[in-house]
Amino acid sequence: MEDCLAKKMEITVSEAEKRTGRNAMNIQETYTAYLIETRAVESQSEGHCAPVESLWRRYSEFELLRNYLSVTYPHIVVPPLPEKRADFVWHKLSADNMDPDFVERRRIGLENFLLRVASHPVLCQDKIFYAFLMQEGGWKEMVNETGFQLKADSRLKALNATFRVKNPDKRFTELKHYSDELQSVISHLLRVRARVADRLYGVYKVHGNYGRVFSEWSAIEKEMGDGLQSAGHHMDVYAASIDDILEEEEHYADQLKEYLFYAEALRAVCRKHELMQYDLEMAAQDLTSKKQQCEELATGTVRTFSLKGMTSKLFGQETPEQREAKIKVLEEQIQEGEEQLKSKNLEGRDFVKSAWADIERFKEQKNHDLKEALISYAVMQISMCKKGIQVWTNAKECFSKM
Amino acid sequence: DTSLTEVNSFSPSVPISPSSMINQYKFEDGPELRDLFITVDDPESHITAIETFITYRVVTKTTRGEFDSSEYEVRRRYQDFLWLKSKLEEAHPTLIIPPLPEKFIMKGMVERFSDEFIETRRKALHKFLNRIADHPTLTFNEDFKIFLTAQAWELSSHKKQGPGLLSRMGQTVRAVASSVRGAVKNRPEMFTEMNNYMETFSQKINLLDKIAHRIYKEERDYCNEMKEYGPIHTLWSASEEAIGDSLKGLAGCIDRCCRATERRMAGLSEHLLPMLHEYVLYSEILMGVLKRRDQIQGELDSKVDALANKKTEKDLFSEEIGKLEDKVERANNALKADWDRWKQNMQWDMRSTFTNVAENNLRYYEE
Repeated sequence: MEDCLAKKMEITVSEAEKRTGRNAMNIQETYTAYLIETRAVESQSEGHCAPVESLWRRYSEFELLRNYLSVTYPHIVVPPLPEKRADFVWHKLSADNMDPDFVERRRIGLENFLLRVASHPVLCQDKIFYAFLMQEGGWKEMVNETGFQLKADSRLKALNATFRVKNPDKRFTELKHYSDELQSVISHLLRVRARVADRLYGVYKVHGNYGRVFSEWSAIEKEMGDGLQSAGHHMDVYAASIDDILEEEEHYADQLKEYLFYAEALRAVCRKHELMQYDLEMAAQDLTSKKQQCEELATGTVRTFSLKGMTSKLFGQETPEQREAKIKVLEEQIQEGEEQLKSKNLEGRDFVKSAWADIERFKEQKNHDLKEALISYAVMQISMCKKGIQVWTNAKECFSKM
Repeated sequence: DTSLTEVNSFSPSVPISPSSMINQYKFEDGPELRDLFITVDDPESHITAIETFITYRVVTKTTRGEFDSSEYEVRRRYQDFLWLKSKLEEAHPTLIIPPLPEKFIMKGMVERFSDEFIETRRKALHKFLNRIADHPTLTFNEDFKIFLTAQAWELSSHKKQGPGLLSRMGQTVRAVASSVRGAVKNRPEMFTEMNNYMETFSQKINLLDKIAHRIYKEERDYCNEMKEYGPIHTLWSASEEAIGDSLKGLAGCIDRCCRATERRMAGLSEHLLPMLHEYVLYSEILMGVLKRRDQIQGELDSKVDALANKKTEKDLFSEEIGKLEDKVERANNALKADWDRWKQNMQWDMRSTFTNVAENNLRYYEE
């Protein structure tokens, strides 16, 4: 395992703070800033703690970083950011970006993002990433200077544009299908989970009403009073327990969400490959047609129907000098084209090789993470049931004493 | 559990769940002293030119001497039960007559003859008759005996006897008139306490009824969502290799949770909901009983007042007054005894039902 940044440095996003400032259009806005703290791991001997460096970043800067990484390393499945806006909410959760719970979960998500990048064998070595962690001022300018925005292919933004690739790489096609399926199934799951959470919340909370009524009723009862009163107390405990339970479940939902967004990143890699392949095929096609033109001019035979051919037939042949010149130009172009094609092919093969390596890495990570997430979900459910057993055992005792 | 086997040996053909048997056959006297066993079952639909109605089979088994036979089987319709109840109320105005299921159910989409409605009603009618059988006084009521034993035509002719509609209306008018005369002055402290208690109890039991229904509804909604939740995991497992099995396992667990929820819901609807509903009705009945006692007392008081004003006809009045005082005293005693009995029963019911709910929940969570 290569030495990645995560092993050398502790990275945390430890705080979130509300700020107001003026944005690009000179309008006052409120936003949240996050404190990134880093500390070198190595020099922690004899109880000496390395100094903590820290700086503040806002969400839009994280976005800029990620865009840069996506464009600069197109063959890498770049870790996703936590969602921009609260999605898959159930009724108790707020959809407000300023809501403290949302901010807290976003803080955790951002920390997770940084850790993922820092543990990636390739990405962690990027200078811009390092500067993001260490250099507060002038970072934005540094990123823009790399000119990565020029490299970004605007064609990729057209999500549904299909490039008719004649010889698609079967593995990439399958992978794209898989990423689509994964996206669809996880978002469906999250939607239903939110509804289930809502309903469960209802069941638990209505039991709280029992608590109130039992207590009021116990006031008029002599023999039943004590039993009712204490049973009521347990109903209150039961009703209150759902809050913690569902909060824990939110973490599980967030873990799934990360892979929902990861699926998007995976898809992006497939698209980039598609685009590359398309460009390659276009270049090859172009080269072939130029070669053909050259041949026709040289031999004087018209193999394919062309307007030029017709006009020259109608308006007379060109002079041999003109033809020579044309052939010369074409031959140059063909030379260029062949070199380009060669390099494109090479590029393509490199891309496939490194992309596939990263994809394998990603697959393993995904399987491991998801399995752990599922296990922790099951553990959560068991704990919920244990709590339920405890409450109702107590309640049963109270009832039997009525 | 000896009581269970005893009961089983008497009514082998009737398919009642053991737990509901326990629910019925609880009372101060041990089950060994019981000598009257009643079941209500087998609803049947009858269609005539004018109407459609349901009859229920009422089977009685008894060792009592005053019954000519030891086993009876008759068919009764809801109207007959209403008749019985009103006769009992007439004969014992200050005793607590058990509630009958309502004529209609206003809320909910339950149709008059839906299976659910009929079954709920059948269970309630069964409870009604058994509560009467358990009651130390009511169980010996003549009309009750006729209800259990007479053939259909015998019952109709018996119904036609007795005070006619007009006289019954007269009673009601007098009763209303006397209640209009304002709060009873000499109401014993005990009954005022009872009144206050009933007001609060009635409020609380109504709330509990609503809460229980609400919980049932929430659980049903939860169950429905869970039914969709499980299959998604199975769908997902189809596109995964390494985690496919875990996902399928999770889907299986979710389905089992769903079924456990359904069982919990069934427990609620079988025990808690009917019990709470019965006591909602009971609270109305009790308020009525307390009012009737007040009326009787009112009669006495007004006569006493009249006596104080009219010095003549003393003897005549004092006899009447004497009779009324007796009546009031009897009524009061009857009510008090019955009240204590009722409260004990109620306690027992609440205790056992809620314990049952708790047990169901435990079972649910353990699953």
